Amino acid sequence: MKYTEDDLKKELETQEYEYGFYTELESDTFPKGLNEAIVRAISKKKNEPEWMTEWRLDAFRIWEQMEEPEWANVQYEKPDFQAISYYSAPKKADPNKSLDDVDPELLEMYKKLGISVDEQKKLQGVAVDIVVDSVSVATTFKKTLAEKGIIFMPISEAIQEHPELVKKYMGTVVPKTDNFYAALNSAVFTDGSFCYIPKGVKCPMELSTYFRINEGGTGQFERTLLIADESSYVSYLEGCTAPARDENQLHAAVVELIALDDAEIKYSTVQNWFPGDKNGTGGVFNFVTKRGICETNAKISWTQVETGSAVTWKYPSCILKGNNSVGEFYSIAVTNNFQQADTGTKMIHLGKNTKSTIISKGISAGKSQNSYRGLVQINSRAENARNFSQCDSLLMGDQCGAHTFPYIEAKNTTAQIEHEATTSKIGEDQLFYCNQRGIDTEKAIALIVNGFSKDVLNKLPMEFAVEAQKLLEISLEGSVG
Amino acid sequence: MSAENIELMKQMDLKEKLISSFLAFENQVDVDVDSKVHDVRSKAFSNFEQQGFPTKRDEEWKYTNLSSLLKSNYNIFSKGEASLTYKDVKQYFINETDCYNLVFIDGKFNAFLSNTTHDGLDVCVMSAALTKPKYEEAINTYFNKLAKENNSLSDLNTAFSAEGAYVNIPKNTVVPKPIQILNFSTGSEQEILIQPRNLVIVGENAHVQIIERHQSLTGNNTLTNAVTEIFVNKRGIVDFYKMQNDVETASLIDGTFVSQQKDSVASVHTFSFGGKLTRNNLEFYQNGEHCVSHMNGISILDGKQHVDNHTLVQHKAPNCESHEMYKGIYDEKSTGVFNGKVIVEQAAQKINAYQQNNNIIVGDKASVNSKPQLEIFADDVKCSHGCTIGQLDESALFYMQQRGIPKKEAKALLMYAFSNDALKDVKIPELKTRINAIIAEKLDVNIGFDL
Repeated sequence: MKYTEDDLKKELETQEYEYGFYTELESDTFPKGLNEAIVRAISKKKNEPEWMTEWRLDAFRIWEQMEEPEWANVQYEKPDFQAISYYSAPKKADPNKSLDDVDPELLEMYKKLGISVDEQKKLQGVAVDIVVDSVSVATTFKKTLAEKGIIFMPISEAIQEHPELVKKYMGTVVPKTDNFYAALNSAVFTDGSFCYIPKGVKCPMELSTYFRINEGGTGQFERTLLIADESSYVSYLEGCTAPARDENQLHAAVVELIALDDAEIKYSTVQNWFPGDKNGTGGVFNFVTKRGICETNAKISWTQVETGSAVTWKYPSCILKGNNSVGEFYSIAVTNNFQQADTGTKMIHLGKNTKSTIISKGISAGKSQNSYRGLVQINSRAENARNFSQCDSLLMGDQCGAHTFPYIEAKNTTAQIEHEATTSKIGEDQLFYCNQRGIDTEKAIALIVNGFSKDVLNKLPMEFAVEAQKLLEISLEGSVG
Repeated sequence: MSAENIELMKQMDLKEKLISSFLAFENQVDVDVDSKVHDVRSKAFSNFEQQGFPTKRDEEWKYTNLSSLLKSNYNIFSKGEASLTYKDVKQYFINETDCYNLVFIDGKFNAFLSNTTHDGLDVCVMSAALTKPKYEEAINTYFNKLAKENNSLSDLNTAFSAEGAYVNIPKNTVVPKPIQILNFSTGSEQEILIQPRNLVIVGENAHVQIIERHQSLTGNNTLTNAVTEIFVNKRGIVDFYKMQNDVETASLIDGTFVSQQKDSVASVHTFSFGGKLTRNNLEFYQNGEHCVSHMNGISILDGKQHVDNHTLVQHKAPNCESHEMYKGIYDEKSTGVFNGKVIVEQAAQKINAYQQNNNIIVGDKASVNSKPQLEIFADDVKCSHGCTIGQLDESALFYMQQRGIPKKEAKALLMYAFSNDALKDVKIPELKTRINAIIAEKLDVNIGFDL
């Protein structure tokens, strides 16, 4: 029997979110709601020094004065910030223990995720920090890294052990006042990763963090702080999953990258939060602030594959402060069913001879809405700044939408900016060509989509690229109606 | 009080002045309170009263700040006493070709300088169209059907709409000569706010060319808030040329709204060379299949000039096309803004929409803000936009200098070639010559651009 597009479509609709399991873990969860007492309690629970508590309270007071932003091209029912529990920790796991002591149930969970900690440790040589419900539960390879002088640990430990670094850099790239969700995160973040690469060190392995929201009715607020000292190099991976629930969960993270002179940071994300079911109920609200600052000759490269979340609101940005610094942004955002994504980047050129590249690929299927929103700003002192942007959108089905909102601001005569965008569907001629050569429609679509996303997939580290490709297939195939 | 509040207070002044003069205005134009026009005006007025002038906090006005314009103490009611002789304004006419002329001085129609007609087609004035029963049907069908609920500035224009051009081309008519609309403001009144309101109706299979120009003859600040509504019926063709080469005390806020029916072709060309602040809101609505829309623009600016081109194309029906090309050259401290929006509705399959915005920054303090925007809800479309900001090609300049062309002329030639793409659709040769001369003058060279 012929396998038609309709069959494929049906198959896809019934395809379940494969990471949608929920692991029964005894957890320590705070009562719902947010006030100063909760902020203090989180800080106390984490045994934080006084300055950190004050920093949080300050952020909370700022947040109280702020209004939730509405400018993004997404529609959703606003989360009730008083109906969320701001702290949930798996009880048995103690972050200070070695991997062997980690709750076996947790390990089982990672196996299901396909990121078996053991396996990663042995086969891929990737150091992993795992964050479940806002608490970091396992950090691998700590010892190997320590020999190089690399610090890679949960941020809560870093606050205890390296307060001078945390104090110096936290909030310098994303200030507490930056936006509504960044302020909220600053007040209530419970954990996240902290990474410091010393001068001249090339990190020998990929560093990786896995986030998972497990408990219902909680929000995940993690904070990542990554500092690459002069002439160092690091590649960092981040992955996310969540159980399938019919309520909306909130994820509001802050990521700060600091690349000092001549340093290079490569930050890759495969975001696969639960996108909600095919009727659009449930799913994660992903409101993330990610930003990096480049000093002289430094380079920051963001690569992201966005396939999950009911609502995405995310703009990984680069502030090109130093002369000759380079910012890159490679993104694939895939939306299906009722997903909505408003994502893009900001490249702020301040230094001379700064360069930025933006490659954004949006694929929308089903009834989803996919928006690219970007800013390229050349300040008056940024001589010889160069930008190249390309945003392409692929539409599958007549119910979805693709939108681009690029902002381009140039204040210097020597600026060279190129921006191009296209929107189209998969060409019938391309499909026909493939069919003619014995490639069935399903395969042909996969082929074309892969080709469409190749520019970005190529930028991902090997092991991630495979996963990303698989995700693309799951999210997309057969959405052609 | 914060700086923003003070700013707000100052704006209030002009707003309050407008509010308090609305009643007086209605009495002055002597409108029948039972008429539909009165309802439209009152509704628009209350909209304006609620919204006020846009501020930089409005997304659509992010890069254009009106507050400095609103500080002037504008005279809202022109006395209309100023008289001009043909000699005074001769240079602003395109004389080389025979035209229908509609001349307005300080917002009042000047019959002496004009050349109207009712012979087979209507080229006359809005004041007549709004009050005479003969035109009632057309006014009820078309007036403020496009500009309504759009923004507070077009509402303001609607509320105070009294005079402007009224052009009605019946079906199967090809208008033999272009129509010129000239708005002059004289120095006889201190600072003046004029709000011309134009209505253009192009019948089935009809064809018309229109040239519009706003010109200030005084060193006093003038602000023009113009609205033009253009309706193109089935297979109609309209070419609209906007000449914006005003003095440096004159500012213009222009709203042009075009509604297209099946198989129609509408082109709007915007040439911005002069003026202090110019804001063009250009909107196209394609209501039938196989419509074609063209938008071309050239901005060549220097000094502290500010030109903001906001365009919108709303594709509502399938198998349509839109082509958009805006070129800008910015010298000294000038600012250019481009915001091009293309919306493709779900029903509008098989759309080809192209949008291009190229900019050259020449001056050290000049800046460009560009926002090409696509919002697409249909899957079988080909939409693209391209935007560049850059400089002149050094090697091309060197090549020409090597061959004995002085640097200044070489630069001018390159810039002319750069902007020429947007000129190629100009269908009135005399106008093209005129624009070439202005470009040469603007680039400060004495060469004819007959490439």
